Amino acid sequence: MNPLRWITNRLVILVPYAWLLIFFLIPFFIVFKISLSTTAIQMPPYEPVFNGTDTWNKLKELSFDNYVWLTQDPLYYRAYLSSVMIAAVSTFLTLLVAYPVAYGMARAPSSIRPTLLMLVILPFWTSFLIRVYAWIGILKPEGLLSQLLISLGVISEPLQILNTNTAIFIGIVYSYLPFMVLPIYSALEKMDYSLIEAAEDLGCTPTGAFWKVTFPLSLPGVVAGCFLVFIPAVGEFVIPDLLGGSATLMIGKTLWNEFFSNRDWPVSSAVAVVLLLILVIPIVFFQNAQAKAEEAGR
Amino acid sequence: MKFKRTMTFALATLVASAFAHAEDRVVNVYNWSDYIDNSIIQDFEKETGIKVVYDVFDSNEILETKLLAGASGYDVVVPTAIFLSRQIQAGVFQKLDKSKLPNIKNMWDMIAERTAKYDPGNEYSINYMWGTTGIGYNKAKVKERLGTDTLDSWKAVLDPENAKKLADCGIYMLDSPTDILPSVLKYLGLDPDSKKPDDLAKAEEAMLAIRPYIRKFHSSEYINALANGDICVAVGWSGDIFQARNRAKEANQGVDIGYSVPKEGALMWFDQMAIPADAQHVEEAHEFLNYIMRPDVAAKASNFVVYANGNKASQELIDKKITSDPAVYPDESTLANLFTTTPTSPKDQRAVTRVWTKIVTGQ
Repeated sequence: MNPLRWITNRLVILVPYAWLLIFFLIPFFIVFKISLSTTAIQMPPYEPVFNGTDTWNKLKELSFDNYVWLTQDPLYYRAYLSSVMIAAVSTFLTLLVAYPVAYGMARAPSSIRPTLLMLVILPFWTSFLIRVYAWIGILKPEGLLSQLLISLGVISEPLQILNTNTAIFIGIVYSYLPFMVLPIYSALEKMDYSLIEAAEDLGCTPTGAFWKVTFPLSLPGVVAGCFLVFIPAVGEFVIPDLLGGSATLMIGKTLWNEFFSNRDWPVSSAVAVVLLLILVIPIVFFQNAQAKAEEAGR
Repeated sequence: MKFKRTMTFALATLVASAFAHAEDRVVNVYNWSDYIDNSIIQDFEKETGIKVVYDVFDSNEILETKLLAGASGYDVVVPTAIFLSRQIQAGVFQKLDKSKLPNIKNMWDMIAERTAKYDPGNEYSINYMWGTTGIGYNKAKVKERLGTDTLDSWKAVLDPENAKKLADCGIYMLDSPTDILPSVLKYLGLDPDSKKPDDLAKAEEAMLAIRPYIRKFHSSEYINALANGDICVAVGWSGDIFQARNRAKEANQGVDIGYSVPKEGALMWFDQMAIPADAQHVEEAHEFLNYIMRPDVAAKASNFVVYANGNKASQELIDKKITSDPAVYPDESTLANLFTTTPTSPKDQRAVTRVWTKIVTGQ
């Protein structure tokens, strides 16, 4: 092979690895290093474990006390669990809303598809924070939604949605909808619709054809969309803080408390590392399983 | 090698100083949101030619984290005294050069005595504003539910019977254990400054009894919520509640807000201006502090934010309505009821935050 081409090929592969190293692995190791230290009243507020001298001896007396601490207080366990639950429910709800939208877009005449696609992306032009704030105005007891429903005679008392988990679900579904719509749309758009005609010719009902043909073919998009929503939703901080009540326990808020209220950078780093593990391990397992399924399918 | 390093250093200094001279004079100020009359900043810029870069925060925790991380880039910051005292220990601040602060003679000894508890000798900070943590309430809505529109006791919110009656129209509390827990301890007849686990457990029990009736713990939303008439009662900072009262008056929607310093006693807090150790514009920062301590400027600030300041000489220039209001400038008897607290050690802090999380999440 041409040596120049060999080098360019290698370089192209190097770019994503460099990206991963600079923006993921190095920050992760900095956080991991802080998670092994102890707090102190100084700037920054922890006792660094490695400072270049005597590294080997320090390596031997490395302490995982902060991780042990996470297992001793049920607060952390409950916060992780409740975050995963809230994220799972919101992901499911997002899927329910997004699938029909994506399906409708994929079946729309190709001339208006770019416009529809544009409409899905359009909300990103406004600040995320402002859009979440807008929901406060809609959902509060004297807000637009209550007033509308009262004037229509549907309800007589103002709705108490703001500061509850319902408001958090609404916020997450609204904010992350495009991340679910786009991958499903791209999966459905590529689909060959003559397959459905074939299924119907062979006596399949429209519903049957959807579940036997359309849905399995869109599954990669559904899975991608679910990951894109679930992962940021687990660590979500802004939406529960603005829309949720004080009773909602989420890991993002717990981390905030450790970092800001307790000034305990080591423990908050440990919380962050564990959160990452909780998210990364299932994803790796899932990808392995998928790779195997693909091999078997061949 | 050594020569080379010296040369590099000399060159770097030369370049840096050349830039500093070429640059305009600047001071970077980091203060609480809604906490200054903007014309003060404009006047300062006009008089001194120093450009003010003004930035705001809404919690001591945010400010503290920026300071502890180092190289915050700010030249003047405004932490509350009990946070300041720990930050001094961590080496965040530099001592003030009092020779550059002639206006310090205007300061009020009554306040200086109290702030010295946090900053011995007031070596690192000057007082900007001080106030109390009390009860703000919607007079009409409270009267409807409790039969009175003068709340003079913590009982109005901390007693479950009352809290239950107020629950439907909304109770807010500061999301700040350093403000709420001492007030609850005081109401229970315990030492408000106590960090003893037993006492904290009692405060926790009292708070959990009223927790179902509290709509939200938040440290800034209550200003608008009170002003709009969305809620009945907020346990909050005096000046914020006065701002809500003023906004409600301007809106003219019939919302009338009251503020009470409960008779059992209320927490007194102090917001202090200080200069970070790694500040880039120390000279300008001193000029800014000195300007703030000018009686007419301090009076202007108090007229705008409706907080009492630590400047004795400014008092005759402040709006009479403010200085004669015992909720802002407490009279002798109210003053005797106010208490201060001391910072929490890192070990106790964990217990306090844990208790607080339990209260806030109700579990």
